[in-house]
Amino acid sequence: MKAFTVVTGIVAPMDRANIDTDMIIPKQFLKSIKRSGFGPNLFDELRYLDEGQPDADNSGRPLNPDFVLNQPRYQGAAVLLARENFGCGSSREHAPWALEDFGFRAIIAPSYADIFYNNSFKNGLLPIVLADELVDQLFQEVAASEGYQLTIDLPEQVIRKPSGECIPFEVDAFRKHCLLNGLDDIGLTLQDADAIRAYEVTRRQQAPWLFNE
Amino acid sequence: MAGKTLYDKLWHMHLVQERDDGTALIYIDRHLLHEVTSPQAFEGLRLAKRQPWRLSANLATPDHNVPTTSLERESGIEGIQDPVSRIQVRTLDENCDEFGITEFKMQDQRQGIVHVVGPEQGATLPGMTVVCGDSHTATHGAFAALAHGIGTSEVEHVLATQCLIQRKMKNLLIRVEGELGQGITGKDVVLHIIGVIGTAGGNGCAMEFGGSAIRSLSMEARMTMCNMAIEAGARVGLVGFDEKTAEYVKGRPFAPTAEQWEQALAAWQDLVSDDDAVFDQIVEIRAEDIQPQVTWGTSPEMVTTINGHVPTLDEAADDVQRMGFERAYQYMGLTPGQKITDIQLDRVFIGSCTNSRIEDLRAAADVAKGRKVASTIKQALVVPGSGLVKAQAEQEGLDRIFVEAGFEWREPGCSMCLAMNADKLGNGEHCASTSNRNFEGRQGYGGRTHLVSPAMAAAAAIAGHFVDVRAL
Ligand code: SF4
Repeated sequence: MKAFTVVTGIVAPMDRANIDTDMIIPKQFLKSIKRSGFGPNLFDELRYLDEGQPDADNSGRPLNPDFVLNQPRYQGAAVLLARENFGCGSSREHAPWALEDFGFRAIIAPSYADIFYNNSFKNGLLPIVLADELVDQLFQEVAASEGYQLTIDLPEQVIRKPSGECIPFEVDAFRKHCLLNGLDDIGLTLQDADAIRAYEVTRRQQAPWLFNE
Repeated sequence: MAGKTLYDKLWHMHLVQERDDGTALIYIDRHLLHEVTSPQAFEGLRLAKRQPWRLSANLATPDHNVPTTSLERESGIEGIQDPVSRIQVRTLDENCDEFGITEFKMQDQRQGIVHVVGPEQGATLPGMTVVCGDSHTATHGAFAALAHGIGTSEVEHVLATQCLIQRKMKNLLIRVEGELGQGITGKDVVLHIIGVIGTAGGNGCAMEFGGSAIRSLSMEARMTMCNMAIEAGARVGLVGFDEKTAEYVKGRPFAPTAEQWEQALAAWQDLVSDDDAVFDQIVEIRAEDIQPQVTWGTSPEMVTTINGHVPTLDEAADDVQRMGFERAYQYMGLTPGQKITDIQLDRVFIGSCTNSRIEDLRAAADVAKGRKVASTIKQALVVPGSGLVKAQAEQEGLDRIFVEAGFEWREPGCSMCLAMNADKLGNGEHCASTSNRNFEGRQGYGGRTHLVSPAMAAAAAIAGHFVDVRAL
């Protein structure tokens, strides 16, 4: 996993609530058995005017000029700004894979769906929760100035605005630690293998029917 | 000391280790796998040279990509027309063979939608933790099991460690008291609930369904409800253990037998929330208020009753919702104020992990019996949830009822629920669907989904538009 420390980048605004995982990456792309290469199909149905196919070349497809990520001013964006309940719907980890592959490193929204939130951290993508008013204000500032950038400082847990103003944000300690160091949590869990085995011994006595081979 | 909720009990039973930062290591009893979210996890294991921690905890079956026509199914994996789907199904077989995981392969009669197969096999038992790389894993909570969807990294984590790193959720109780009207199903109850609390209403919560109306529901109906807990934002849906749970589980292939059955049965009696349990939030619903439900928009919370209408902008609660409504009118091709019964339908889909069990098919067949699908309907599909459901339905003659009425009777799989195989909606087509999501493009590019119960879907197929199933 890519480590996340301090990221500075252009902010792309998607002024929409309940952005679901089908929207982020439509199901036909879930047929891939790989973890990478989903970026060109991120928001496929919003981004292109035709229907996308897996394993196809996307370079000649007609773009929807109205879609935010197609507008010249948001090219190279690294931060996605959205409304409440971002990532609702399915458990597909292809959603954070696609966002990350496209170039996003952080999302800012008032709330997220639980599974999406969880999946993001495992892929070096930082989902930041900010109050509605702060999100509103960011939408206004992004609209008002072309090339608007934010710096996300994870060690300090602040978002720095171009004006120098800082917005603090919350992130739980374990997730922060893993993100900062790009750690794989399987390795960490396996350090507690003895505790897992001990649990299994006790549990097998209490509920032997759960351990029938 | 205050009593415990069912969720609290399940959590404590599976706690391996608590950490200082508020996370915990939770033991997983059952891990279900399918072809879409597992290939990258197996690949991860291989790269790290890791082995599954406990093989017998895993059970796999392909469901999302499998074709549903018998013609394609007959020739096995080679018969799958779409090359990308074929690779994905084959990859699951190869991974399960390589690591030694039990799999019901495509040609096995026990194959089906993973959330239908688990309970049907008794692989889902009360008091278990059940996970799967699929958000509708909440379904299994109907058995007083702690069940939720996970992402692919977590699939790999469970394979390698038999555990998950979790944070305790909040306790939410949805209490439905009273008697449900005639013709009102679990699907109507859960859609009504989503309409009340919204698609984010359960975020961060384990959502228990309780009250006299829930106790009166069958296990199938409870599964339908828990299945859609995720559509209300809750990763976990739960129903307390009772005699119906025991009756459903008894005698299934993976269920305990003889002495172990007695032992298990005794232990399961405690799988209910205590009378004095404390919930973070309680929502009270009156069963008598619930009417047959139909979604009109592109989110499950955009739902109304069969006698209702597409809401107008004035009915939106705030600006964000108003914007959502406008977008939904456009995508769905509907006008504000339009009556639900005036929506013309093109296709009908009866299936998915929400409503493809035997009880669902019986309800739909009851309506279809002796009637004909309207000539304006291009296609009406019935897709059983598993090979065993299909066999049972055929034994009861339900397939003949459907075929005589003009429905297509298919092989088991996810099918048009998410259109990863050939079953999909055309651009702009309206579909009455018994599935769980009406998101844009969910059932096919530009497709327009209306979520309903199986009886309502069958009635809509006959009429060509939505009708009140209670009036038939
Ligand atoms: S039937 Fe639909 S919701 Fe259920 S597992 Fe399959 S695709 Fe997912």
